[in-house]
Amino acid sequence: MLKLEKRPSPSVFWGRATPVLAVALTMMAGSLMFAALGKNPFEAIRTIFWDPLFGEFAWYLRGQLLVKAGPLILIAVGLSLGFRAGIWNIGAEGQYIMGAICGAAVGLAAYPTESWLIFPVMVLAGAFGGWVWAMIPAILKTRFNTNEILVSLMLVYVAETVLAMASTGFLRNPDGAGFPGSRNFSSYPAAANPELIAGTGLHWGGVAALGAVVAAYVLLQRHILGFQIKLAGQAPRAARFAGVSPKRLVVMCLGIAGALAGLAGMFEVTGPAGQISIDFNSNYGFTAIIVAFLGRLNPVGILFAGLLMALTYIGGEMASTNLGLPSAAIQAFQGMLLFFLLACDLLTNFRIVPARKEVR
Amino acid sequence: MNRRHLLATAALGLSLAFGGAASAQDKTKACFVYVGPIGDGGWTYQHHQGALAVQEAYGDKVEIAWQENVPEGADAERVLTQMALGGCDIIFTTSFGYMDPTNAVAKKFPNVKFEHATGFKRESPNVSTYNARFYEGRAVQGVIAGRMTKTNKIGYIGSFPIPEVIMGINSYYLHAKKVNPDVELTVVWAFTWFDPAKEADAAKAMIEQGVDVIASHTDSTAPLAEAAKAGGKVIGFGQASDMTEYKPSPRVSSIIDNWAPYYVKRVGALMDGTYEQQDAWEGIAGGEVQIGEITDAIPADVKAEAEKLRDDIAAGTYHPFTGPINKQDGSAWLAEGQTAPDGDLLGMGFYVEGIKGDIPK
Repeated sequence: MLKLEKRPSPSVFWGRATPVLAVALTMMAGSLMFAALGKNPFEAIRTIFWDPLFGEFAWYLRGQLLVKAGPLILIAVGLSLGFRAGIWNIGAEGQYIMGAICGAAVGLAAYPTESWLIFPVMVLAGAFGGWVWAMIPAILKTRFNTNEILVSLMLVYVAETVLAMASTGFLRNPDGAGFPGSRNFSSYPAAANPELIAGTGLHWGGVAALGAVVAAYVLLQRHILGFQIKLAGQAPRAARFAGVSPKRLVVMCLGIAGALAGLAGMFEVTGPAGQISIDFNSNYGFTAIIVAFLGRLNPVGILFAGLLMALTYIGGEMASTNLGLPSAAIQAFQGMLLFFLLACDLLTNFRIVPARKEVR
Repeated sequence: MNRRHLLATAALGLSLAFGGAASAQDKTKACFVYVGPIGDGGWTYQHHQGALAVQEAYGDKVEIAWQENVPEGADAERVLTQMALGGCDIIFTTSFGYMDPTNAVAKKFPNVKFEHATGFKRESPNVSTYNARFYEGRAVQGVIAGRMTKTNKIGYIGSFPIPEVIMGINSYYLHAKKVNPDVELTVVWAFTWFDPAKEADAAKAMIEQGVDVIASHTDSTAPLAEAAKAGGKVIGFGQASDMTEYKPSPRVSSIIDNWAPYYVKRVGALMDGTYEQQDAWEGIAGGEVQIGEITDAIPADVKAEAEKLRDDIAAGTYHPFTGPINKQDGSAWLAEGQTAPDGDLLGMGFYVEGIKGDIPK
C-alpha cells in the first residue's frame, strides 16, 4: 500500500510540474469523455489545442486568444496578490461589472464630444469603479471582521442587478427605440478601445494585462509590499512581528484586485463587447480565479495560464461547432483542468511513500 | 478583402489540420447559433428542430452545424466569424442579443447570408431578419386565462422589456380582460432568457400572491414545474415548445414556435438562387406559430372559444390588436375598428390601459 507523507517544505519541482501534469491528465481524461460521446478523441484534442494556434484560421484565432486572455490575466494578477496573503476576493466578477459601468458612464456622458482626454478619464473611472466595489468587503472586513468571501461574492449579484438597471435605464441608448443596451462604442471613436494593430486582437486591455504582469512581478520581487504579502501568506505570526498591518494589507490587496478587475471591465465594454448590455459579463471574474491558481499565483505563470484558458474556450468553441460536441462537454473539460490541478497540488506538499506494515 | 481572398491567404499557412472545410464547398452549409442549450425544452430546442428539418429536407445537399450556449456579446462575434470562416453559407442567429454582432460580422463577409431572429437591424444586404407573431398565440392564451382564473389574478413572466415581450403581455391581458373584466395581471421580469432557477422563483412568487394562471416568456419548463407543485390549483402554458410532459395540467395549451418551414424555405432559396434579403414576420396563418393541443383540463366551451379565436386569426378576419385600445396612461392608441400597424407593434414600449406597474426603465 501507499501512503502520503507531508514534505518538510513544499517541493519546488512539483510546484512547477503540476500544471503541466494537470494539463496532460486533463487531455487524457477529456479524450475518454470525448470517446464516450462517440467523437474521435484525437481530433477533438487537436481541434481544441492545436487548430486555434496553427490551424487554417490561426491568423484570426490567435488574435482572439489575446482578446479572451487579456481580461482573464488582468483580473487574475490582481486576485493572486490577495490569494497569496490569504485574502479571498471571490467577487472580481462584480468589480469587473462596476468598472465597466463607471467607465462606460463617463464616456457616454461626454457623448458626442471628441477629445483625446475622454478615453484616459474613462480608464481612471473604470479602475475607480472596480476599486470602490472592492472597498465594500475590505472596509466591512477591517471594521466589522466580516468574511470577505461571502461579502465579495454577494456583491456580484448586486452588480448584476445594477447592470440590468444600467442597460434598461440610465445608460440605455436614447436612439435605440426602447431596446435595452447602451450606445455602441464602436461608433464613438473618442471613447472606443479598438484593435491597436489590425488583425492582432490586441487592444489597450491586452497592453494593460502585460503591464500588470510586469508590475506584479516587480512588486513581489523588489517591493516591501510584495514581501509583506508573501510573508503574511506563509507565516502570519512572523508577519505580525515584522510589523505588517493585516488591515492595511486587506485594503491594499482588495483595492488592487478591484481596480484591475474594473479596468478589465472597462476595456472589454469599450472594445470587444462594444456596449453595456444586460448580460455583458461573461464570467471572466470567476474564470480568473481558476487562472490565478493555474498560474501558481505567479505573474508569469498567470500569463501562460490565461492564454491556456483562452485556448480551451476558443478551441472548445471550434470543437463544438465543427465536431458537434455539446457545450456542456467543453465546460466539463475545463472543469477537469481545475480538478486535476488541485489534485496534483497534493504532490507539492506531500510525497507518496510505501506504507509500512503496522501492528494492530 | 473578401472571404475567398482571406481563405486563400490563410491556406498558404498550415492548413492540413483543417481538411474538412474544402470538401464542404459543394454542399450548402447552414449554421445555427443558439443562446441556450438544445436541451432547454423550449426556445433553443425548437430552433434546433428547425435545423434538423433542413437536414431532413435536403439530405446530402446540405450540411448543418450549430453552437449552443453562445453568450450575447463579444463571444457571439467570434463564434459568427469562426462559422463564416469555416465555410458556412448561411448563418441563423437565434436570439435578439445577437443583433449587433450579426450585423458587424455580416459586413466582413458579404458572401455569407445572415438571418437574425427577432431583430430589426439589416445594415448590409446580406442580413435578413425573421420573427413570428407570437402575440397571436398570446391572444388565445389570454382567453383561456381570463376564463379559467378563479382568483382573477393572472401572471406573466417577462424576460427582457423589449417590444417582442411587451406586445405579448398586452395581447395576453387584452384578451383575458375581454372575457373577464375583473382580471388583474402581474408581470415579473426575470431579465434572462434561460435560467430555470430564476424562472421558478418568479413563478413561485406569483403563486404566493394568488396568481393561478401563469404564462411565461422565458425558455425553460421551470414555471410549469412550479405550477405542478401547487396541486392542480395553478395552470400554465407551454412556451416556445409544446412541453407535453406537463399535460394535461398544469400545461393546458401552448405556443409552439415552428421554425422548420422558414428554415427549409430560406436554405432552399439559397440553393436554387432565389434568395433575397427580407424581413419575415409570419404568424398562425403561416404556420410559424402553432397553438398546442388545448387539453381536457379546460371546459369544452372555453376550448371552443379559444379555438375559434385561433381560427379567426388564421383566417385573417380578426387582429388581436383591434381598437378601441388606450395606452396605460389613458391616451388613445387605436381608434374604434382600427388595427395596429406593424411599426407600432415592433417598437412597442408601453402597456395598454388596465395593466398595473411600470415597464423597467
